[in-house]
Amino acid sequence: MSDLELSNRAVSGRALPRPPRVGTMLALAFVAYLIVATAWPAVLQPYDPDAIAPRDAFDPPSPAHWFGTDESGRDVYSRVVEGTAASLLIGVSATAIGLALGLLLGALAGLGGRVLDFAVGRVNEVLFAFPGILLALLIIVLWGPGPVTATIAVGLSTAPGYARIIRGELVRVRGSSYVEAARVLGHGRGRVLLRHILPNALAPITVLATLGIGQAVVWASALSYLGLGAQPPAAEWGAMLAAGRTYITTAWWLTVFPGLMIVLTTITTTVLGRVLAARDGAAR
Amino acid sequence: MPRSRVLRRVALRLAGAVFVLWAVATLTFFAIHLVPGDPAQAILGGPGSQASQEALDRVRADYGLDQPLLVQYAAMLGRLLSGDLGDSYALKTPVAGLIGGQILGTLVLALLALVVAWVLAVALALWSTSAGRAGRAIAGGLELTAAALPHFWLATVLIAVFSTALGWLPPVSNDAASGLVLPVVTLAVPLAGFLAQLMREQMLQALEEPFAVSAAARGETAAGLRFRHALRHAALPAINLSGWAVGYLISGAVVVETVFARPGLGRTLLRATELRDVPVVVGVVLVVALVYVLMTIATDVVSRLADPRTTHSGGAT
Amino acid sequence: MSAGTAALSPPRTDGPGPVLEVTGLSISFSEGRRRRDVVHDIDLAVAPGRCVAVVGESGSGKSVTARALLGLAGRTARVHAERLSVAGADLRNADERAWRRVRGASAGLVLQDALVSLDPLRTIGREIADPLRIHLRMPPAEARARALELLELVGMPHPALAIDRRSGELSGGMRQRALIAAALALDPPLLIADEPTTALDVGVQARVLGLLEEARDRGTGVLLISHDLAVVSRVADHVVVLHDGRVVEQGPAAEILGAPRHPITRALIAAVPTDVPRGEALSRAAAADPEPPVAPSAPSADGTAAAGGRRPVEAAPAEAPPMSADPRVARDAEAPVLEGFGLAKSFGSGATAVHAVADASFRLHRGRTLGLVGESGSGKSTLARLVLGLTPPDAGEVRLDGGAWSTLVERDRRPLRPRIGAVYQDALGSFDPRWSVRRILRDALGAARMPASDAAVAALLEQVHLSPELAARHPLALSGGQRQRVAIARALAGSPGILVCDEPVSALDATVQARVLDLFDELQRKHGLAILLISHDLGVIRHMSDTIAVMRSGRIIEQGDADRVFTSPQHEATAALIRDSPRLVPRAPGTNR
Repeated sequence: MSDLELSNRAVSGRALPRPPRVGTMLALAFVAYLIVATAWPAVLQPYDPDAIAPRDAFDPPSPAHWFGTDESGRDVYSRVVEGTAASLLIGVSATAIGLALGLLLGALAGLGGRVLDFAVGRVNEVLFAFPGILLALLIIVLWGPGPVTATIAVGLSTAPGYARIIRGELVRVRGSSYVEAARVLGHGRGRVLLRHILPNALAPITVLATLGIGQAVVWASALSYLGLGAQPPAAEWGAMLAAGRTYITTAWWLTVFPGLMIVLTTITTTVLGRVLAARDGAAR
Repeated sequence: MPRSRVLRRVALRLAGAVFVLWAVATLTFFAIHLVPGDPAQAILGGPGSQASQEALDRVRADYGLDQPLLVQYAAMLGRLLSGDLGDSYALKTPVAGLIGGQILGTLVLALLALVVAWVLAVALALWSTSAGRAGRAIAGGLELTAAALPHFWLATVLIAVFSTALGWLPPVSNDAASGLVLPVVTLAVPLAGFLAQLMREQMLQALEEPFAVSAAARGETAAGLRFRHALRHAALPAINLSGWAVGYLISGAVVVETVFARPGLGRTLLRATELRDVPVVVGVVLVVALVYVLMTIATDVVSRLADPRTTHSGGAT
Repeated sequence: MSAGTAALSPPRTDGPGPVLEVTGLSISFSEGRRRRDVVHDIDLAVAPGRCVAVVGESGSGKSVTARALLGLAGRTARVHAERLSVAGADLRNADERAWRRVRGASAGLVLQDALVSLDPLRTIGREIADPLRIHLRMPPAEARARALELLELVGMPHPALAIDRRSGELSGGMRQRALIAAALALDPPLLIADEPTTALDVGVQARVLGLLEEARDRGTGVLLISHDLAVVSRVADHVVVLHDGRVVEQGPAAEILGAPRHPITRALIAAVPTDVPRGEALSRAAAADPEPPVAPSAPSADGTAAAGGRRPVEAAPAEAPPMSADPRVARDAEAPVLEGFGLAKSFGSGATAVHAVADASFRLHRGRTLGLVGESGSGKSTLARLVLGLTPPDAGEVRLDGGAWSTLVERDRRPLRPRIGAVYQDALGSFDPRWSVRRILRDALGAARMPASDAAVAALLEQVHLSPELAARHPLALSGGQRQRVAIARALAGSPGILVCDEPVSALDATVQARVLDLFDELQRKHGLAILLISHDLGVIRHMSDTIAVMRSGRIIEQGDADRVFTSPQHEATAALIRDSPRLVPRAPGTNR
């Protein structure tokens, strides 16, 4: 739940403390791991993620199978590595959709004058009344389940939060004394917008995107877990969790390890997001 | 703040709430009708059911689906005003009754989780601000991890540990108090992590302020500084967020009720989503929006009464 | 040991022993693995009924000294003293409990800016009752009654109403009174006041100083921490001058302020603009002597200390020699370069409308300075915004060089904007946070359609006596004085005829302020600039201005030749402003009323 309100604080300069150096290094190491797992999964996989070995089904974690095996005897660790690409793709795409829409709404509200600001504010208020994944559920019931719908649904659900933050930044920068100073120097509207307002107001987007990916991965896997996103036997983390649900009392490792990857991804994006926010904060 | 200003504000917020609910209803109505797919088909069990043309026609007439869109819209608004949320496609029973039977369990779950999260967060914040550097680092790590835990995973791990391995608590939530423990903990822990981060930061900030130095210079004890001064400052933003938190908890209940097989609004919503039972989904969403909006107003009023400063911004805009 | 319930009435009959005795006080902070020494070997003593002032610029260690006397220097501080006693209690190895017995009971603390020094969520009644509750376990009702008495003692208007207010609902002067009441609740023998009047309007400032004097006259020992020598000269019996954490000079107030021996003290005194005639330099070598650049590795929020502190050692003027002969001639006959007629601006509407500026008229001539003075909220800054064409007036007109200005549409005004340069109080905030000095100046040159070359940037920096090497720096890595110089350089980029300066020096240390004011003088002489100088500081205004306009509640209540306004003010409020403004006049020794 690396969330909107925290990102809001991180962005607005009342930043949360910069994580310790060790934390940053660990987070960067995990990012490197995720990149390798996405681009060259085979490097990290001890087994073929799809190789079925019924005799080895439900092996608990052991030196041979770090994360144990599933109901068909497939190596869970290899499947978790295999699922990285799909899970991150969903997370990144959802964040991109949410940010793009949030940018559009935020810019309309923050730059478009009083009427637009009011209108976008009301739209946002309405969208905030669908807390958490409810908006996503609504979208899925209309368009039907599946990974694409889930991605779009998560993206749309996060957009109002982004819109609010971006609007706030635009309004803050617009009222700053350096923007006034630029006007006094005789710069025109367009130049002030391009040289001062946009670069300063949109600087936190990297922070938002970083924090947002973790959140999107969690929400998307929650939908998969509920059977509304990616479906088993796809090696996506949420789908693996959903498949493991059935065996929760007998084979805990089927759910615990894919979930651990999600938790680590979220912590990593939170830590890196805060590092970026602290760096931004120091520069202003 | 004078009482009349508070009342005026509440009235304004209520008007805003009515607008939000109307907009939610309108948005969902048109979304449903503009999306490809025949509601009559859905009522008869989806495209796979191969319903006859007569059956489809009869359903359309029964549900008023043969009317022009605007007439249907007006009819829906009229029904909503009288508290009628329509009939479930799948169960053929009134949605209002269905929700009425489920909402209490979910609200109990959400509110208990909110209370537990607050207690955990306040305790953690008070402890970590008095602890040394190491204690603070540990608390920071704990909070960060707790806040990053997805409900579905935490629930799974709790079941594996406390039900399967230790056998202390039931994996299926029943009406007994013991059945509530794991669902409440599942919902409360991530929220507590989140609230604790917020409160700790606010407390540390407040303790750095000149007013804390002033208070210390009057002889106030370290505990007095935290309880009498810092905690109030930390509580305000957390109160402000509690309206949002209840919405977040109800949304989390979708997962938690499913994992613990506990009856409630969340599970109803999920089943309706799977069956594409549009009236039920819309009904639940409307009710949750109502709860969310009311909670936001309540927290707004509470925080404004607690905080005499007019400069602080509350509520979602 | 605590002062107990003794009423605040007659002069204390404590023994003659000092209420504060400090010898060999040193304070250092640990920063990571290193230690930074901030205070070295200070001696202080305060006798009952006396006021000792510790003066120095930011970074001199005066505030941390004040806090260390109450054991509040912070976790990372290491405090060492050969002798440290408050009201007879030896505190050298005091633990937290022992410190708490002293705080509030033996010594009260008054901090700067009561808006943040009182808990905004608690009523002032509860804040004032705190020491009573903590030290005497007084029941709430009794404590409240006592708090009410204390509010009366400090002259709080309507104490019965004020007691239930929170700091945000009170004016600055009322807040400061409440803070003093809380510090005096147990009638402690020692009162430590850390910049108690900074940021207050002069009228309020005078009344707060009056409260300190009253406390002193009742027998309380007062330790006053201040950067403002004029304030110090009014109440202090004894002055300690601190520089870089060391005492450079101390002695009776009359001696130190009247016949300073140490160069640092002399520089501090010379920098006070009050009563220094127009055109005379406040710092000897502003022209020839740019501030040394601070190390880029150490950009501290208060980098002013680095530049502002070291300078006077080298540039200590025995007596500031007048600058070159004043080439200015009376130009009142010439047409004014900037003129305002009947300007009005209000915010809001109906009954709640605030008339920020009402019927203000003025004229500004080439080579002259118009000083605009007034208390906070008097409409000075709104008038500046009207003049800068940032907000249109509701009524009236601003004319530039005899032509239209405020009536123009922004598109037509834009090409004329380089004719007016602006300098703001918060220089750092007026720079784009992502830009270097070079980019800031190039941008300003570009706006004025000047060639934005590196040479032009260097020339601008040279004009304000900054090294061209600073162009590569980020403003964050500059000292406060350097930032303000960059801001002035930016204002000069379009070779303007007019400078509008809104509180340009109020965030600066006295000696830095002196050099910036001298720079304004020099630039005016060189370029014949017309300057509209806005300040709350009457001393600055008087030193800098040819004509003066006094603003109050949005109106210009008095306007005229500077000397005339000061010698025979026509308006009662002007007279009060002049009377309340602290001046550097040491009290004659022995006048301990």
